[in-house]
Amino acid sequence: MNAVQLFALTPLIVLSASSVVLMLLIAFSRRHVTVAFMTAAGLLATFLCLPAVYPDLPQQVTPLIVLDGYAVFFIGLTLAAAFALVLISYPYLQNRPGRPEEYYLLLLLASLGAAVVAASSHFAAFYIGLEILSVSLYAMIAYERWSLMRLEAGVKYLILAAVSSAFLLFGIALIYAQFGSMEFSAIAARAAEGGITALVGSAMVLVGVGFKLALAPFHMWTADVYEGAPPPVTAYIATVSKGAVFALLLRYVNQYDVLASPQVLLVLTAVAVASMVVGNLLALMQNNVKRILAYSSIAHLGYLLVALVAGGALALTVVSYYLVAYFVTTIAAFGVIAVLSTSERDAAPIDDYRGLAWRRPWLAGVFTAMLLSLAGIPLTAGFIGKFYVVASGVSSALWLLVATLAITSVIGLFYYLRLVAAMFEQVETHATAAREEPVGSFAATAVLAVLTLLLVVLGAYPAPFIRLIAATVSF
Amino acid sequence: MILVWLIVIPLAAGVLAWVVGRGDSVWPRWTALAAMVLEFVLAVWLWVDSASGALATTKLPWLLHARYEWIPELGIGFSLAMDGLSLVLVVLSAFLGIVSVVCSWSEIEEQVGFFHFNLLATVAGIIGVFLATDLILFYFFWEIMLVPMYLLIRIWGHENRAYAAIKFFLFTQAGALAMLVAILALYFLHGQQTGTYTFDYFQLIGTTLNPAASMLIMLGFFAAFAVKLPAVPFHTWLPDAHTEAPTAGSVILAGLLLKTGGYGLIRFILPLFPGSAAAFANAGMALGVVGIIYGAILAFAQTDLKRLVAYTSISHLGFVLLGVFSFNGMALQGAVIQMVCHGISTGALFVLVGLLQERIHTRDLDQMGGLWSTVPRMGGMALVFALASLGLPGFGNFIGEFLVLMGTFHTNHWMAAVAAGGLVLACVYALWMMLRGFFGAATQERNISDLSAREMLVMAVMAAAIFWLGVFPQPTIDVTVPALDGVRKVARLAGEESRTPDVAKFQQLKTGLGRTTKPMQGPGENR
Repeated sequence: MNAVQLFALTPLIVLSASSVVLMLLIAFSRRHVTVAFMTAAGLLATFLCLPAVYPDLPQQVTPLIVLDGYAVFFIGLTLAAAFALVLISYPYLQNRPGRPEEYYLLLLLASLGAAVVAASSHFAAFYIGLEILSVSLYAMIAYERWSLMRLEAGVKYLILAAVSSAFLLFGIALIYAQFGSMEFSAIAARAAEGGITALVGSAMVLVGVGFKLALAPFHMWTADVYEGAPPPVTAYIATVSKGAVFALLLRYVNQYDVLASPQVLLVLTAVAVASMVVGNLLALMQNNVKRILAYSSIAHLGYLLVALVAGGALALTVVSYYLVAYFVTTIAAFGVIAVLSTSERDAAPIDDYRGLAWRRPWLAGVFTAMLLSLAGIPLTAGFIGKFYVVASGVSSALWLLVATLAITSVIGLFYYLRLVAAMFEQVETHATAAREEPVGSFAATAVLAVLTLLLVVLGAYPAPFIRLIAATVSF
Repeated sequence: MILVWLIVIPLAAGVLAWVVGRGDSVWPRWTALAAMVLEFVLAVWLWVDSASGALATTKLPWLLHARYEWIPELGIGFSLAMDGLSLVLVVLSAFLGIVSVVCSWSEIEEQVGFFHFNLLATVAGIIGVFLATDLILFYFFWEIMLVPMYLLIRIWGHENRAYAAIKFFLFTQAGALAMLVAILALYFLHGQQTGTYTFDYFQLIGTTLNPAASMLIMLGFFAAFAVKLPAVPFHTWLPDAHTEAPTAGSVILAGLLLKTGGYGLIRFILPLFPGSAAAFANAGMALGVVGIIYGAILAFAQTDLKRLVAYTSISHLGFVLLGVFSFNGMALQGAVIQMVCHGISTGALFVLVGLLQERIHTRDLDQMGGLWSTVPRMGGMALVFALASLGLPGFGNFIGEFLVLMGTFHTNHWMAAVAAGGLVLACVYALWMMLRGFFGAATQERNISDLSAREMLVMAVMAAAIFWLGVFPQPTIDVTVPALDGVRKVARLAGEESRTPDVAKFQQLKTGLGRTTKPMQGPGENR
């Protein structure tokens, strides 16, 4: 490793260093606001490293890590999401019992894991990054260990993530057994020779990745974990964790022309169709907002797979754009849930949202905008995202996937509208007065305002952002 | 630039109405009214200018054209253009916008500001649909008007509003997504042929497609327009949505939203896919005829007055579908007149039903009867619009339906003959409605007030408009003829280039068409 390569690693180094600094800080001072501030500062510092290292990229740093525009983009996205979630978590944790400081440490570590995943070019780096991410998430989900619901969700995630890691590891081992390498490029170079060992291995890796992305039929844990985890953590799982793994999947599939194999194409198509159908259909039957968003996220990952399967140069732009739109929307939606949650319980039942538009019009407006974005209605980022996905599907003539997308997203519209309708319902005032109304905080309000603005700007005038993606996102 | 203003004015006024509408204030109403009047004045001014030839651009029949970059990476432009067809529909939008603001003056009492925001946002979206000449921009407006319309029904609607609102949204959205896929397919096919990837309407018009692809893409567009129009069997959202919506919502729905479907057929289906549209002509006409008869029969069977009026819409809009697909200049002209007149006459009927419901708190025909003696002015107005609706000569609807039937007769005798039966059925339901609602014995003693000066003014203006269209249809025809000729010319040129097997038949229709349109052409449009 030479100095240039080491320099390229700066973002990861700074992020690791901030975790250590934060750990030491917590040992000396347990002031919530200081810890949260330092976390945000660490994320910001890392983010500022990205433009500094960008001119020297791409750099292959050891066989494990590759830092290219693509990696930088997704690391930046991870950091931005983590930053927003710190600001949303702060007032949320402030309202709840227990010591919140270590939560931020876990959040930084999880972001480090996600960044490593996004930049990995080797199965070992991928696995290590994924485990840093997952282990931090177990603890984040069950952070409020006195709450049975959190514990249940944490254990559920622990078991299923462990199983999926086992699949992944075994799959990697099988691939290594055939090709003698864990580098993506070396594997891809020899992928054409086939062989049953590597095929089984790839299938097992796909199962592992499918679990992490909550794609059908590996989605069983999603709703329970989403429901049980604290809203900011749910948002973290939905965005950063899935985003990093999807970024890796896209890199692997796109860079090494995996789609040339008809089996892979078939499997990915089937998984995409299943995810869209299962996610949208199961969401119809839920009365819990967090569960609805869980199933909706399954469907959205299915939409993303459409772009992935379509492949080609367009896929990079489409997936990058869609993930950004999805990050903005999901973080803001869970931000609203976090703001509405009281010290006793999360604002998960749909009944908590009835008449919200008349009680908290701004908050309801933000949530409505997010739901419409998830449904892909114009003027929101979700519309351009969906437009892009359909465009990539049509350009590759994937009619089955495009038709499934169109039909299931009409179904999906139903449950998004149900939530919107609930918010605009006229309710008797005494029924709502019984419930304590949590007060908003400046940090969360600011984040929600910025995200909503971003949502509209990305939806109404996406051209500059598309140019940014085109300029940065490349291998 | 003025085209942008036409969209921005209602939108900005809507936001303003929302802002000033905190609490129980009258300001949102005045803001909305002022904006719609300004919009109307602008549109009429454009009409006058276009009639005097002041607006003639190099790109006839287009009167105005504005294009700005939006997402150049994808070939999406913010491109607006106006020809006679869009001009007439924009005037109609502004007119019905005024009507719907005035008719909600006493009906809407909750969340007045937000109501007017939604109302004006819907109108802005609809005007955008009428002006957009970039397919993605068109889709954008097409979708954007759904959300405020949904909220109008959902929040201020009647008993069963939740169901009606969501049904409306889902049906429209399903059709719209089919259209989105079709738009994208067209975009990529065009791009592969020419190397320019663009959604620009004017560039896409010349795309040559193989017959199968063209038919499939056309059906994608048709799905969206047929749902909006609505054509049987995609109509089931309409009776629910119209019945449950507040009066202003029904006026906008029936008067304008349905017109976007007819507009789409004329603006997009005919010029973009002339060959496939010709191949589809018989099916399209059949759907139109089925709609005419089916809507009329079901209207007759209703006991809910508002639902009755809703079903008459299906019947009337069947004439539009018939007129468009009969590939005849006269019928096409008739379809446009029918769209405008239906907007006014049905809008007026919905306003009347709304006023009646405000007074007697029911829409059930069984509980009415004998109202004429109590509220003679309202009865008189109802009679005027019932007669207009049944197509009595002297009212605009007659012109529209007559032109459609006459034009269709040239291309398909049987369709025209069956469709003419719809006029008879229209007499039955319209007179039946009057008979049960306003004549006969009163079911109960009612102490209700007749139309106030404000309500009378609205009704009188609408009656005057429908009467003007019936007696002097020529100005409206004059302004739309160049646009419709343009549509037909483009359709013909593209039809000659495409190698569809139906071209021969299509050409045959065209030659018949030149002759039949002659008598209708006014002196003002010798270009």
